[in-house]
Amino acid sequence: MWVFIATEVLLFGGLILAYFVYRHAFPQGFAEGSRHTEIVIGTANTAVLLTSSFLVAWAVEIFSPATTRIVTWLLVGAACLGLVFIALKGIEYSREYDEHLVPGIDFQFAGPLANGVQLFFIFYFIATAIHALHMLIGICLLVTLATICRRAPTTRHHTALHSAALYWHFVDVVWIFLFALIYLPGRSS
Amino acid sequence: MTDWRPPLVLVGAWLGLLALLALTVTLAYVPLGAGNAVVSLAIGTIKAALVAAIFMELRHRGGLTLVFAGAGLFWLGILLWLGSMDFLTRT
Repeated sequence: MWVFIATEVLLFGGLILAYFVYRHAFPQGFAEGSRHTEIVIGTANTAVLLTSSFLVAWAVEIFSPATTRIVTWLLVGAACLGLVFIALKGIEYSREYDEHLVPGIDFQFAGPLANGVQLFFIFYFIATAIHALHMLIGICLLVTLATICRRAPTTRHHTALHSAALYWHFVDVVWIFLFALIYLPGRSS
Repeated sequence: MTDWRPPLVLVGAWLGLLALLALTVTLAYVPLGAGNAVVSLAIGTIKAALVAAIFMELRHRGGLTLVFAGAGLFWLGILLWLGSMDFLTRT
């Protein structure tokens, strides 16, 4: 599982490298683009994801035949929080569409910073869409494991749950960095 | 009937992560110039380390797992370092 995570680190690493290169080239455009993101939704989503990771870690920790019901509910709760994250992300995307900030579909931004802002939003949509895809896969994994653990929890399932949990926490870590790179820059100026 | 309760260390990590989130959002609005980027990435790294050490249980893992987890970071470091060298040193 850790080898798989290392490959995923490099997938997102490439994106983050591109971000740094273009942020270096268009510092003001990136700060301006960042100011146009929804920091309230971004912060709420970070809290949602951290809490969902906590629930999964809790489920892994107490897993035993005696705690099947609670483990199932914890996993279902974590998956629901994942869906909340996706729903909030959808609201955010639709707001950006209304503000004409979607490069390639509807992007209107006047002024000298337009190029930098456009590059920022290209990164924003690619990175968050790949992250959301990972979230959807993670939600399916959690729901599947919740169903299996409910029926017949064995050590083998504990191992499977452990791997799925690692994946879910990794997706959380990716979001921690995306949050810092997307929502926080340019707020103080 | 205490075996379903979350270990205190998990609760602590969760509350710590939420506190760090509040801190990083607050500090983003304080004008620190170039320091803002440093602070947000430093807090992000601390949060990631907490998740890795406690939620991902790296603190309980042996050398081999640490090597494999570290390999990801090592290659990421090379990618970011050599990848950005050209752009940072261009005149």
